Amino acid sequence: MELFTNQILAGISTGAIYACMALAVVMIYQAIEHLNFAQGEMAMFSTFISWQLMQWGVPYWAAFVLTLGISFAGGIAIERLLFKPLAKAPILTNVAGFIALYAILNSFAGLIWDFTIKQYPTPFGSSPFLGSQLISTHQAGMIGVTVLLLVLLYLFFQFTRVGLAMRAAASVPESARLVGINTSWMIALGWGMAAAIGSIAGMMIAPVVFLEPNMMLGVLIYGFAAAVLGGLTSPFGAVIGGFLVGIFENLAGTYIPGVGNELKLPIALALIITVLVVKPAGLFGRPIVKRV
Amino acid sequence: MSAVQETVTEAPAVEAVPKRAMTLGAGSSLVMLALLILVPLFVKNFIIFQLTMLLIYGLAVLALNILTGGSGQFSLGQSAFYAVGAYTSAILIEHVGMNYALTLPIAGVVCFGFGFLFGQPALRLSGVYLALATFALATAMPQLLKLGVFETWTGGVQGLVVTKPDAPFGLPMSQDMWLYYFTLVITVAIYIFSVNLLKSRSGRAFMAIRDNEIAASAMGIDVALYKTLAFGVSAGITGVAGGLGAIAVQFVAPDGYTITLAISLFLGMVVGGVGWLPGSIVGSAFIIFVPNIAEGISKGLSGAVFGVLLFLIIFLVPHGARQIAMIAQQLLGKLKKS
Amino acid sequence: MTAMLNIRSLNAYYGQVQALHGLEFALNEGSVTTLLGANGAGKTTTLRAICNMVRTTGAIEFDGALLSGRSTENIVRLGIAHVPQGRGTFTTLTVEENLQLGAITRRDKAGVVSDIERMYAHFPVLKQRYTQQAGTLSGGEQQMLAVARALMLRPRLMLLDEPSFGLAPLIVRDLFKILGKINREEKVTILVVEQNAQLALEIADQAYVIETGRIVMSGNAAEIANNEDVRKSYLGY
Repeated sequence: MELFTNQILAGISTGAIYACMALAVVMIYQAIEHLNFAQGEMAMFSTFISWQLMQWGVPYWAAFVLTLGISFAGGIAIERLLFKPLAKAPILTNVAGFIALYAILNSFAGLIWDFTIKQYPTPFGSSPFLGSQLISTHQAGMIGVTVLLLVLLYLFFQFTRVGLAMRAAASVPESARLVGINTSWMIALGWGMAAAIGSIAGMMIAPVVFLEPNMMLGVLIYGFAAAVLGGLTSPFGAVIGGFLVGIFENLAGTYIPGVGNELKLPIALALIITVLVVKPAGLFGRPIVKRV
Repeated sequence: MSAVQETVTEAPAVEAVPKRAMTLGAGSSLVMLALLILVPLFVKNFIIFQLTMLLIYGLAVLALNILTGGSGQFSLGQSAFYAVGAYTSAILIEHVGMNYALTLPIAGVVCFGFGFLFGQPALRLSGVYLALATFALATAMPQLLKLGVFETWTGGVQGLVVTKPDAPFGLPMSQDMWLYYFTLVITVAIYIFSVNLLKSRSGRAFMAIRDNEIAASAMGIDVALYKTLAFGVSAGITGVAGGLGAIAVQFVAPDGYTITLAISLFLGMVVGGVGWLPGSIVGSAFIIFVPNIAEGISKGLSGAVFGVLLFLIIFLVPHGARQIAMIAQQLLGKLKKS
Repeated sequence: MTAMLNIRSLNAYYGQVQALHGLEFALNEGSVTTLLGANGAGKTTTLRAICNMVRTTGAIEFDGALLSGRSTENIVRLGIAHVPQGRGTFTTLTVEENLQLGAITRRDKAGVVSDIERMYAHFPVLKQRYTQQAGTLSGGEQQMLAVARALMLRPRLMLLDEPSFGLAPLIVRDLFKILGKINREEKVTILVVEQNAQLALEIADQAYVIETGRIVMSGNAAEIANNEDVRKSYLGY
């Protein structure tokens, strides 16, 4: 029983990271109806930036906040420079754009900070949380930060003008323009926020998976699985999907024989395909209707 | 009026390429073939090896081109099919002791089956969802290959060493040169098959689906069948390429078939021009030689070079090599007139 | 009366296809004007052209200022509210959020709150459902919501695209009564595009008939209603 509780809690803490990644993916999907295959690399790059800041002597939380800001600005810059011009291009062109961004970020991270694995600090420590053997303080911290983030995002989208405008722009872009919303900037804002949310995921998971240019690939796949499970059209669903996927991953690893860490990615693959086949709209998403 | 507006602004999956624009004329084809036959006679073995790889990746890019340019479906997971083909050949040669040439059709069939099966769920998906599923497949593949259960066959993380075949019938040529011509014959055969496939009834069905899936099904095309068929054919050809690759490189290992390979093949298709079959060889040359040059300058640079070039292509020459070939043709025409 | 909106030699294009050919007309401040015409004549395109949602050439002047080159959202900010065909409801948002969005460009919070109450007075059904997702409303209710949302801008000019489309006749009557009232009480100039010519001519002061992208007839609404050709083609008697 203790093992079970332990695995559930561990699942919730990694699930928190998947929830962040899924949320970042959904934010961009809502804005432009494309999947950002470079989301993980953007998060990885942000994490390296925070690491670099700490190497220069910036304290953890200052580096954390600075990185959020840099990532936000970077996300907006990427959208304005590279993806805004592709708004009306075929899907293939957009996919190619994301793949290109993926390759560039991965490669540059390796060029600047090389490919060796680096330790990444945690501000929460890794002692048992509240004296309990079930969960470490870092895991508890990951959950705490994610929950705080989710609450802030909820408040932003429900109770601010900009939040309302962003939801409107994602819901019916043309009508949004007709009430005077600059939908183009709402898209850029979505990118900025997605980049910032992703950077949080990166900085929280880095102490666990260690910092290196390929660290986010597995996390991204799980983020995709979470987003698909929750429904790409539902930010709320993406978050729930993240936690579910995290718990599922841990339980499968513990209780299904032969499924260890080495099957991490195939499990995510199986999950994605199962959801897409059984319920393509996800648990909370709207079915996608195609017009001729 | 609003109906008109929507059809105009809705972005298609892939820009439609007319059938005639997908291949080369007879004259240029023959010149190309002659070049491919003659060049190896005058170069060193290492370059012959690189030319062999050029043909092999050319096949893999061609396969993706049939899928995307032909039927409008995406795949970021071609590396998975390539890996399955490579392992099929390697295992059959090393563990079963089968002749290398015989393993290729088997690799093709196995991958056709794998692609066809993977295409079943993929059927219901379009555009971004398909890209997502195949992306996940490509990232998961190396882990699947490392699985302990299959280790006796796959060699686990270590991989398998494959023996390079000698030229048969006592032909006086090096192993590399023999393998080159062997690959060339297969490549030409598959190229001719592909051109004819796209010109056939099936090819027309692919293109109808690419241009408008709903209209295609309204015309009586079995969309499900042809979409999975395209996936199967594409995977099958990729599998043959993978098998050839295993023989040429003399080695298979899980980390040789990561998402990076899938990205390379995708890039090769975009560079060569989506839907332009001869462009596959141009794309292949690009993905073989550019990293060589880039890695020569600095380790890890090739990804950045790939990415930057990919953006340049998207923005400047969205039709890739096909566009450049057309511009060159027009320039030549002008020169002749004046 | 001065011309609030002045349109001169307006052409509009969808890709290569030209949908409007040298359209000319003017709207007087405080008036209700209707644009009549068959399917595909270019009525919707005209409204879209005013909001710069299609590619156009020619001149559109609002209060003497040229609109060309301004983005849709900036044109809206000048006080032009557009109720699009199909109502353009934010289906995933609540009724009240839809109304708030209508006023999203306004800075006077208190005014917005009181305007929402005013809309609930105009359209009591919206008040009953203010927390409901707008997509769950009936067609008629969504049309009310669309008009209310447009009014939340405190517009000076309101463009309505086929407000009667898909609605039961009784509801259409109600809607047009409300439109007339809005025009009189709130001094909103209205340009309405309608297939239901009879109703439109009842509330309109001025009417234009458009055919294949050209104005073929214009005059005050009563004149147009009595015109033999118009009666045969659009009124059906």
